[in-house]
Amino acid sequence: MDSQTEPSLYTVKAVLILDNDGDRLYAKYYDDTYPTVKEQKAFEKNIFNKTHRTDSEIALLEGLTVVYKSNIDLFFYVIGSSHENELMLMAVLNCLFDSLSQMLRKNVERRALLENMEGLFLAVDEIVDGGVILESDPQQVVHRVALRTFLFPSQVLQSAKEQIKWSLLR
Amino acid sequence: MIKKFDKKDEESGSGSNPFQHLEKSAVLQEARIFNETPINPRRCLHILTKIIYLLNQGEHFGTTEATEAFFAMTRLFQSNDQTLRRMCYLTIKEMANISEDVIIVTSSLTKDMTGKEDVYRGPAIRALCRITDTTMLQAIERYMKQAIVDKVPSVSSSALVSSLHMVKMSYDVVKRWVNEAQEAASSDNIMVQYHALGLLYHLRKNDRLAVSKMLNKFTKSGLKSPFAYCMLIRIASKLLEETEGGHDSPLFDFIESCLRNKNEMVVYEAASAIVHMPTCSARELAPAVSVLQLFCSSPKAALRYAAVRTLNKVAMKHPSAVTACNLDLENLITDSNRSIATLAITTLLKTGSESSVDRLMKQISSFVSEISDEFKVVVVQAISSLCQKYPRKHSVMMNFLSNMLRDDGGFEYKRAIVDCIIGIIEENPESKETGLAHLCEFIEDCEHTVLATKILHLLGKEGPRTPAPSKYIRFIFNRVVLESEAVRAAAVSALAKFGAQNDDLLPSVLVLMQRCMMDSDDEVRDRATFYMNVLQQKQKALNAAYIFNGLSVSVPGLEKSLHQYTLDPSERPFDMKSVPLATTPISEQKSATSKMPEKMAPSRQDIYQEQLAAILEFQGLGPLFKSSEAVQLTEAETEYVVRCVKHTFAQHMVFQFDCGGVTVCVCVCVSQVGV
Repeated sequence: MDSQTEPSLYTVKAVLILDNDGDRLYAKYYDDTYPTVKEQKAFEKNIFNKTHRTDSEIALLEGLTVVYKSNIDLFFYVIGSSHENELMLMAVLNCLFDSLSQMLRKNVERRALLENMEGLFLAVDEIVDGGVILESDPQQVVHRVALRTFLFPSQVLQSAKEQIKWSLLR
Repeated sequence: MIKKFDKKDEESGSGSNPFQHLEKSAVLQEARIFNETPINPRRCLHILTKIIYLLNQGEHFGTTEATEAFFAMTRLFQSNDQTLRRMCYLTIKEMANISEDVIIVTSSLTKDMTGKEDVYRGPAIRALCRITDTTMLQAIERYMKQAIVDKVPSVSSSALVSSLHMVKMSYDVVKRWVNEAQEAASSDNIMVQYHALGLLYHLRKNDRLAVSKMLNKFTKSGLKSPFAYCMLIRIASKLLEETEGGHDSPLFDFIESCLRNKNEMVVYEAASAIVHMPTCSARELAPAVSVLQLFCSSPKAALRYAAVRTLNKVAMKHPSAVTACNLDLENLITDSNRSIATLAITTLLKTGSESSVDRLMKQISSFVSEISDEFKVVVVQAISSLCQKYPRKHSVMMNFLSNMLRDDGGFEYKRAIVDCIIGIIEENPESKETGLAHLCEFIEDCEHTVLATKILHLLGKEGPRTPAPSKYIRFIFNRVVLESEAVRAAAVSALAKFGAQNDDLLPSVLVLMQRCMMDSDDEVRDRATFYMNVLQQKQKALNAAYIFNGLSVSVPGLEKSLHQYTLDPSERPFDMKSVPLATTPISEQKSATSKMPEKMAPSRQDIYQEQLAAILEFQGLGPLFKSSEAVQLTEAETEYVVRCVKHTFAQHMVFQFDCGGVTVCVCVCVSQVGV
């Protein structure tokens, strides 16, 4: 039987977003499980290799519980110790994903994300603070991030391209 | 026309990352526009984003450049752009550890924290607490207390969580805010409740009575927050464990009532807590198990995983409690999530009957190549315990294990399998030949020296006693030809054992031994020559002494005695009898997840020897001959427990009395006493 760990608000060890090649787009580590950048990147590589082919949401890797979600060309991870309540970690993951989904107008993919990195930084800052879950409601997160909404350059280009294509085909 | 657009699109490309070719020095150079007035919020925002991106990627910033950038950033407080201000807070937090003099922003942050813009207040508090030390904290104490009880949830949460972070640094200051935290705990907001509870617990956790009272209050008043409930459950179980509370305690009732909570997270936490309680009867486990059983058929993978993982733990202690779930577990074997499938199978292996073993093994073999090494080891360990439970199934398991050996896998995994096979061979004489055959096949292509030598040693021990020992000779000799020095040396030793025990094989072994004497490595040649000479004598006694029975003395003890001998040279040859015999090594903890020690654990005796040698008075006594087991001199229930260990030297005896934390040694000269 596992020994009872100390009850604590510190439940999240890391939040990661990787791209299709397993490269880091965003990473926030809240404790020193992986103290150097080198170790962090090795960990990221490892979990990417083990999770990007399957569609399952949860795994135990390197002795840590990893919950994850992927969309088009992005992979989202929330990491906690194996003693954590897995559903709590899922709540964080879902909050992150849903907040971003709203902020990016459902365009949760790499290019849109890169064009709105400040939104991402602020959103994560509102969800987890120093390893403590700060907020779990995506509506609240979006509200607090309070970004001015403006169309992203790629969306403008995309819609213009579409319009011209169709006008030429007629 | 269309083509042109597509080309342009490809150039800006889906693979491009606007941050990809960022150069730190260029970005820091750009940051100089922060000093310009008027401030261009959009541009400044973009630059700040780039800086934080670089930091996030692990880019190293020197103290000077970080400080410069930080100071430049402080200018941006002049702008009223909300997003820009928020990014400033973030930059402050990110650079708090790498820049100097970060406290210059204290007044700006304090202003924002108490200002009218609610959007700023929470983040400002969190940024401020990141750069504050104990002295400054006392200066803003008033504001912190106000913030904790603020009606705006984000402000209250930020203050509570920041207070928690500061408990490590300024416990005495934060402790004064207990009343405010208590008030915040009655907030309607589910996160504020959670944070308040967490802070209260962290402040009071050393005071069991206070924790108990707090639990009492909150379990009765009914918080709404599922997060807070999970925290309460954990606190309650910890308290139950510490006070060794019985299961009629109100704390247990509370946890059990949480099994009926509306939120799955809480239900799961409660079930998990009950399962982990050290003393739980099957009847008490039943409601928890039935809840977990329901979760097994949930559409959410995380819930299925959590459930099956917990059931696996139940199965370790109370397999009978889990049999009700067998059907649900069997459904999970084909789960798309391999971790879930593995856990389901290993649980079934613990609770299943003998008849289901064949079916289960077939199902595992179909996917074992897809699961991670960690889970593969789990499966092997489950099979290992199953082998002990159902010895008649050894052939099925052996087959399965040998297949696993052939597949790819890491060292830990292969070692677990080899140990499992060796376990079966040792328990089950009928399985010996198949087992040894599988192991022989394995060492033909084994890259792990440790495993190869272990198997060769086993072959040497068991092979000669089989009906047809000659078939193993080929395998062993091939190792002599093909492998590394350590493996070749082990092979030579193994061969010698065959030669010693089987007279009809002796001539062939001698021929092979002759060839080994030409080996390039000294160890191999030395062993070959040694064994050759012993075997040629054809004397059973010599064979027994030098080939069969290994070193009967402990190796560390031998090393010490040899060292002593070299320090004090004499005409007399070294006497093996002066080396203490090997006592059983300290027993290794046999839990499911322990790793076996790589090097030989020093025996109790060696430890005693070292301890005694360290004492000045005992150094003249000579080598330690033998230490007895610790003898209890008092009954176990007495307040003081005294144990005695007797150490025997050449002419003295030392009695070691252990009493709690104190050890007393008495030395008696035996020759004088005339014993």
